[in-house]
Amino acid sequence: MTRISMAGAGGLLLDAADGAFSDQTQRRIWAAARHIAKHPCVTHAVPGVNNLLVTFDVTVTDPVAVEDLLRETWAQATDDPVPSREITVPVTYGGTAGEDLAAVAQFAGLTEAETVAAHVQATYSVAAIGAMPGFVYLTGLDPRLAMPRRASPRLKVEQGSVIIGGGHAGIMPCTAPSGWHILGHTSLSLFDPFRAEPCLFRLGDTIRFVRA
Amino acid sequence: MIEILTSSTLNTIQDFGRPDAISLGVSRGGAMDRLALAYGNILLGNDPDAAGIEVVFFPFRIRFDHATSFALTGARTAATLDGTPLPPDWAMQARPGQILTIPAPTAGARCYVTLRGGIDVPQVLGSRSTDLKGGFGGLAARALRRGDRLQTLPLPPLPFPATGYGLTCPTPLPDGGDVVVRALPAAEYALFTANSQDHFWGQPWKLTPNANRMGYRMEGTETLALDSPVNLFSHGILPGTVQVPPAGQPIVQMADANTCGGYPKIATVIEPDLRVLAQTAIGQSVRFIQITRHEAVEAIRLDARHLHVLACGIDTLRPDLAPAISVTS
Repeated sequence: MTRISMAGAGGLLLDAADGAFSDQTQRRIWAAARHIAKHPCVTHAVPGVNNLLVTFDVTVTDPVAVEDLLRETWAQATDDPVPSREITVPVTYGGTAGEDLAAVAQFAGLTEAETVAAHVQATYSVAAIGAMPGFVYLTGLDPRLAMPRRASPRLKVEQGSVIIGGGHAGIMPCTAPSGWHILGHTSLSLFDPFRAEPCLFRLGDTIRFVRA
Repeated sequence: MIEILTSSTLNTIQDFGRPDAISLGVSRGGAMDRLALAYGNILLGNDPDAAGIEVVFFPFRIRFDHATSFALTGARTAATLDGTPLPPDWAMQARPGQILTIPAPTAGARCYVTLRGGIDVPQVLGSRSTDLKGGFGGLAARALRRGDRLQTLPLPPLPFPATGYGLTCPTPLPDGGDVVVRALPAAEYALFTANSQDHFWGQPWKLTPNANRMGYRMEGTETLALDSPVNLFSHGILPGTVQVPPAGQPIVQMADANTCGGYPKIATVIEPDLRVLAQTAIGQSVRFIQITRHEAVEAIRLDARHLHVLACGIDTLRPDLAPAISVTS
C-alpha cells in the first residue's frame, strides 16, 4: 500500500514500505526519483529507504498538480537495475575502535569474532543518502545483527565509526550524535565538500567491509 | 573590514543556505530568520541572500576598521553605535573605529548584522553559511570569536543620511504571550491517539533550553502517543517537521536539521512561521494552529510578496540601490 502525505505545503512524502525492506521497491524508488526530478516543477527528489520525498516551490506550483504527477510517476516507475560500483571499506573492528562490538555479539548470541564475520560476509547496497553529509543507509545487514537503536543516542560518535542500527549498516561521515551501535572504525573519507563529487558512494553502489 | 571584539559560541555567518545540497545529505542551513537577513541586505542594496552574521549569544561587539555601511535587523535590542542608540531594523554608516554593541534582546532571539557588499568568505557547495555539523562554510567552518576579522565583497560606497534609515514597519516579533505558529498535519498524524491530536493543537508547548539550529525540543503537560507503535524506515525530512520520539515530547526540526529521520511526524510548521520560532525565546509558550494546505500556500505566497514589495519600496526610496536588487516574487 503506497501512501502519499504532506511534508509541509511544499513537500510530499511517498511511502512505499510494506513490512520488511524490499530491494525491488527500492529500485522503483530510485527510478521514480530520477524521473520526477527532471520535471521543471520539482525542485528535489530525495530517495529514503523504501520512500521518496519530493519538494517544489509553492509560490509558482500547485501542490495538487505535483501530487498527481507523483502518483503517475510511481505507477509508471519500473524496478530496473541501476549501475553499481563495488567499493571495499577496510575496518578496524572492536576494542576502542568498536566499543559496542561486545554488546552486539551478546544481542546476536555470537562471539565477537562471529559477529565481525557476519558483518564482513554480507554484501551491502547504498539504499539512500542523507541525515548527515555523505551518510549512507546500507541494506543487506545480517538479520541476526539487527539490534534496535540505543534508547538514548550518544551525543558524539566519531567520524569514520562503522555502525549498525535499525537493521541497517552505515559509516559516520562526520562526528555527530547517533543512536546506532559502533562495531569499528574506517579511515575512508565519506564526504568532502571540495571534491567534484562530494559523496564517496552513489545510490545503488555495492559495499563490502573487510578487516583492515 | 570589521573585527569581532566580543562573541561567544554559536554566532555564525549565514546566508540562505544550501537548499540544493539536500541530495548529498547536507542540511539546508542558512539564516534561521531569513526575512530578517533579507531585510538587512535589502536596506544596504545587497542581494537579499548575501551573507551576514546571525547573533544568538549576547553581548556581541564589533569594530569597524573603515567607513562601513551596515544594518542591524531581527530581534529588538538596545544596540548602540559608539553609545548612540539604534532604532530597530536600521541601516547606518559607521566611521572608522566605531564600535557596534548588541546587548541581549528585549524581544526576539536572533539579530542579523549585514554589511554593504555582504561578508566575503569562500562559497562551499554554493553557500557561505557555516555548517558546524558538516564542518564547512562560514569562517573556517566555526562560530565567530574575538579577534576574527571579516572582509566584505566590493560594492561602491553609499551616500548615507547621518542618522541612517530603516524600515517603516519593523518585522513583527513574538511578544510576551503565547507564540502562535501555523502547521499542517504530517504523515503519521492519523496514527496518533485522538487525545494526542487534541493536545498537540490544544495545549501550550514550552520551548526548552534544548533549542538550537538543529532542532527545538518542546515540552507540554500531556505527552503525545501513537495508537500502536510504528516502525518507520528512514525518510527525507524538511525544516519545520515536528517529530515525536517515544518519550512523547515533540521536536521541531530547524535549519541545520538532519535531512533524514525515522521518528513519527505529527505535523510540519509552515515556512513563513519558522522565522517566528527562530525569534522565540527559551521558556516561551508556543501554540500550534492547524491550517489547510490552501491556507499554507497563500501564507507562503504572501510572504514572498512582502519581500518583493519591500525591495520595490527601497528601490523607489533609494534609486541608487536599484541595480543591486534582484528579488522575484
